[in-house]
Amino acid sequence: MLIRRQFCSAAGLALLVPALPALAEFRVEISGVGATQLPIAVLKFRDEERSTPSLSLSAIVRADLERSGVFRNIDLPAVTTTAAALDENSQPAMPDWRGRAADALVAGSITRLADGRFDVRFKLWDVVKGAVLGGQSTAVDAADLRLAAHRIADFIYEKLTGEKGVFSTRIAYVTKGSNRFTLRVADADGEGGQVALNSPEPIISPAWSPDGKQLAYVSFETQKAVVYTQDASTGVRRAVANFKGSNSAPAWSPDGQTLAVTLSRENGSQLYLIARDGSNVRRLTQSNAIDTEPVFAPDGRGIYFVSDRGGGPQVYRTSATGGGSVERVTFGGNYNISPAISPDGRLMAYISRQGGAFRLHTLDLTGNAQPLAVTDTSDDEHPSFAPNGRLIIYASRLQGRDVLMTTTLDGKIKARLVSTTADVRAPAWGPYGR
Amino acid sequence: MKTKQTFSIRILFAALLVAGVAAGCSSVKLDSDVPVESRTATPAGSVGAGAAGGANAGGASQSRVTPVDLAAKDATGANGINQRVVYFDFDSYVVKDEYRPTVEAHAKALSADRKKHLAVEGHTDERGGREYNLALGQKRAEAVARSLTLVGATDAQIEAVSFGKERPAAQGSDEAAWAKNRRAELSYR
Repeated sequence: MLIRRQFCSAAGLALLVPALPALAEFRVEISGVGATQLPIAVLKFRDEERSTPSLSLSAIVRADLERSGVFRNIDLPAVTTTAAALDENSQPAMPDWRGRAADALVAGSITRLADGRFDVRFKLWDVVKGAVLGGQSTAVDAADLRLAAHRIADFIYEKLTGEKGVFSTRIAYVTKGSNRFTLRVADADGEGGQVALNSPEPIISPAWSPDGKQLAYVSFETQKAVVYTQDASTGVRRAVANFKGSNSAPAWSPDGQTLAVTLSRENGSQLYLIARDGSNVRRLTQSNAIDTEPVFAPDGRGIYFVSDRGGGPQVYRTSATGGGSVERVTFGGNYNISPAISPDGRLMAYISRQGGAFRLHTLDLTGNAQPLAVTDTSDDEHPSFAPNGRLIIYASRLQGRDVLMTTTLDGKIKARLVSTTADVRAPAWGPYGR
Repeated sequence: MKTKQTFSIRILFAALLVAGVAAGCSSVKLDSDVPVESRTATPAGSVGAGAAGGANAGGASQSRVTPVDLAAKDATGANGINQRVVYFDFDSYVVKDEYRPTVEAHAKALSADRKKHLAVEGHTDERGGREYNLALGQKRAEAVARSLTLVGATDAQIEAVSFGKERPAAQGSDEAAWAKNRRAELSYR
């Protein structure tokens, strides 16, 4: 069975690619094959092409599931000829689907309503048990069709894995065009991007507030690094750290009330805590070295950060209240930067330089495990965990372009996001809810 | 006589042009401060090329690669108040001795006029993380700022800031480009 699934996976991979160019803006490139993926058939929704010719809901759902690394879409072109008429009201012949090695089946419909909205319905079957696992019916505006597709993927993911899906969450990232930097907010698959900030000067280090409403970032619009927060929906922004020298590397505390930042106001780059409105500035570290890239542990008590106090840059941990001891976290190699901590606090993603290559690594923080290289690329940067901790988004460089990638924690399933003409960098994965 | 005077003015203009580019290098701010027409439309551009040719044979033009000329100019020992870029060795944050005249000239200008303010902008090459490079650039800027205050400038006149690797003076992923990007730029504000 295992052998057969791996074979099917390779076949599905080959067939997936020619199936997608119909939607030029939407491209998922999967590299690597997981051995324990659940085979699922997500059929084209009835009337999908007629109701929403500009985007395919079922293709979005399929790509979401594939990117998660947990699912493998089974050979659809061969299936749809016999299953073209299936929708949420059908009684699919389970033995047929078992014969196609599908463990789960999704069918649905899209109907344009008189008021211009769309009625989206779907049903999920457990093919092995021959049982209905659930379904939903929602009426959505045209602008929310993409979100509706991601919510369907979340529903499927949660029903079949028992964990919350992250497909309807959002990401922020920065694009660089010709002399223009743009902070964008997009769906978790990198599509549907909206501009949060346009600037002729660089923008770096975006970070979502825990409630998903605010973005903190560093903008050089005044010819120096200043930390701003910006309400994503209203665009209202505030310079929260604008002291003499450079102000950078914002990180939100888990309760959203405090930001850790790197300031050089007293010379040297050191960590400080400030209230979210910019008041109550407190110095957190006292060293003669560079201390930067702070990030809170999920419990809010610890702060991981990068320091070159031992020579090269390494990740350290200290108390978020300051004054406590500082312990070193990374030891392998002489250049370890950009820590991100998983939502359960057990895993750290970071960038490690190994032989001149800057590569995404993970480190189990609970034991004495060795660092794991998750990629084989050489210009990885800025990792950020999905809110369910199952995927990491990061920036890398492929064929001379800055691109965004997602990867499973084991590095086996990677997907390239966003197909724009601009270089993309500095991704930050937002929290649940929007 | 008239010809000679025009020639002198042209030389002066060319020098200002070069100095202006030195102050900002590839900086967008400077591009917007300097009228674009004066860089592209005046005949001074060709004179500039001729004048700079002595210091840097054949390299000057009206184009945005002008900062390359400054590196060459610096290498010939041209120094002082018109020199507004300090280059650093790989992995180094030490202001080299060859920039002492530059530092002293700017410190003198600052001590002569306490209302003057100078921004020292640190930069790094493209290798490594953005935030860590920002901190490394800050270290370079603070090293230059310290040198300036040691010879007469006051802390209040100087702000050390960093652009990290975000604003390279030269594009490219080789040592030649990296060497031009490991720098601190002096910018009066």
